[in-house]
Amino acid sequence: MRMLKFLLQKELKQIFRDPAIIIILFIMPTIQLLILPAAADYEIKNINLGVVDHDHSEYSRKMVEKITSSGYFRLRDYSPSFKQGLKAIETDKTDLILEIPANFERDLVKDNESTLFVAVDAINGVKAGLGGAYLQQILGDYNNEIRTQWIQNPRMSPQPTIDVTSSDWYNPNMNYKAFMVPGILVLLVTMIGSSFASNNIVREKEMGTIEQINVSPIKKYQFILGKLIPFWILALSVLTIGFIIARLVYGIVPVGSYFTVYAFASIYLVAVLGLGLLLSTYAQTQQQSMLVSFFVTMIFNLMSGLYTPIESMPGWAQWIARFNPVTYFIQVMRMVVLKGSSLGDIRVHIFIILGFALFFNTWAILNYRKRTG
Amino acid sequence: MAKEKVITAHDLTKRFGDFVAVSKITFDVEKGEIFGFLGANGAGKTTAMRMLCGLLMPTSGQATVAGFDVFKQTEQIKKNIGYMSQKFSLYEDLTVAENIRFYGGIYGLRDEAIKEKSAQLIKQLHLDGQEKTLVRALPLGWKQKLAFSIAIVHDPAIVFLDEPTGGVDPVTRREFWGLIYEASARGITIFVTTHYMDEAEYCNRVSIMVDGRIDALDTPANLMKDYSAASMDEVFLQLARKAIRSGD
Repeated sequence: MRMLKFLLQKELKQIFRDPAIIIILFIMPTIQLLILPAAADYEIKNINLGVVDHDHSEYSRKMVEKITSSGYFRLRDYSPSFKQGLKAIETDKTDLILEIPANFERDLVKDNESTLFVAVDAINGVKAGLGGAYLQQILGDYNNEIRTQWIQNPRMSPQPTIDVTSSDWYNPNMNYKAFMVPGILVLLVTMIGSSFASNNIVREKEMGTIEQINVSPIKKYQFILGKLIPFWILALSVLTIGFIIARLVYGIVPVGSYFTVYAFASIYLVAVLGLGLLLSTYAQTQQQSMLVSFFVTMIFNLMSGLYTPIESMPGWAQWIARFNPVTYFIQVMRMVVLKGSSLGDIRVHIFIILGFALFFNTWAILNYRKRTG
Repeated sequence: MAKEKVITAHDLTKRFGDFVAVSKITFDVEKGEIFGFLGANGAGKTTAMRMLCGLLMPTSGQATVAGFDVFKQTEQIKKNIGYMSQKFSLYEDLTVAENIRFYGGIYGLRDEAIKEKSAQLIKQLHLDGQEKTLVRALPLGWKQKLAFSIAIVHDPAIVFLDEPTGGVDPVTRREFWGLIYEASARGITIFVTTHYMDEAEYCNRVSIMVDGRIDALDTPANLMKDYSAASMDEVFLQLARKAIRSGD
């Protein structure tokens, strides 16, 4: 244990002596946590709308007014023909076109039905899908309004409809920030954990100091612990800073206890640090280690269920997500922060992450050689 | 009277694929000796040294260092040796005192011993007042002297020095050899590789490696006599010209 004391002293001195590391460890995550959640908004706003109105009636005018007053759409183009309207889409001026036929008002009043045409620029699938859906919903509302006005009319019978009401549990206001911020925090802690630890060892390889370690009686597990513990502490500090920001800036306070999150995070970090150490035993240069950990964390992050639900991934991708430690921490984070889950509720997650921790660290220790073949 | 042998090597060989880096080298080093290990670039000096230090697994042959087997007992060997690699390997972002403390600590020195050693070492190297200087800021010659002193901070039986004076000015080189003699006087066996033939003459015995083989091994005086040369430089040139391998 005396040996470990010297290793830790040395490591902490080096870490805190490097001015860049404080910026990277504390200022970068802070900025990311302030900026990213605003970008990771699932609502689509400011959809650019083009209208081709062949009718020029009171009804068509009211309808366009209703659409633009919803706040989701901006009327950017008003063309006399569909062809011209399409040009606006091609030049990226608008995202979708609503075409109102010539006899819209007459048909609506006389025949009680009329057809509208909507064309959507589907390059951005999310925007197209949501934009189309919003528009349909607004048109549906508009349709209902007209019918309510006409309800006295004996010819009209109100359409029987099934009304579905839903109540959103755990995140009643559907606040996407409460959903995203804890997840982004997981990514930050993961990236700092894995890539920093791996870069640190590879740096010793590049400097040649690792040879001096290898020729000393330091045991492999001592060396690995000497690298793991400092970054474990740093990553937990970043987690703490993250929680402070989440509370001060976004007002997010876990429904469950911080203790549950930290208990899980402690094991989780051993797992991702183990992964970082493992990568470092293979990489020879910091460049290699950076690229590999960039690649790995990219896959881990995108397949973690942070941005997209794992349930909607294809079967094979769900399997990858299952072998991704990040997935479990994001689940735990959301369970504890939004639902108030306790240690008992996340016991399966704990066992799985213990498995990861054992697996990566054993592999790292086995693969770290003080003597080469 | 046979002296105690601290290094023995018999037919020690290292192959990398088809390439034989070190070919059946056989030699002994006696306790307290300054043993020079010469050879052109790429002759296999560093490879041989790394095998003896337990950093590289030999392919075949036998060798012991401080009485321990280089195949099976590398961890015991590591407790008994010091090593200064070709690449400067102190922590540049730690201070002089911190480096001494760290390396003393990982070799199991007690706190009092570390303190004592630090004071002694700083005095010996005339680094007074520089304890808190980052090693990065020291001139190369000082760095090398410090690295050597730290390599023997735990009083090992043997210290391996891989081209310790590379790139260092003649004055500092002389001072460096002063440190080597002092360590040798304390009973530490010195195993040193070098390119400088004047340094070879400071050694008790030298071996000259050519293409992975040891082609000559004797005292500098005997070697000069055998090769009817006026200096070690000439001996070295005569032997090194036979090399087929090109330097790195």
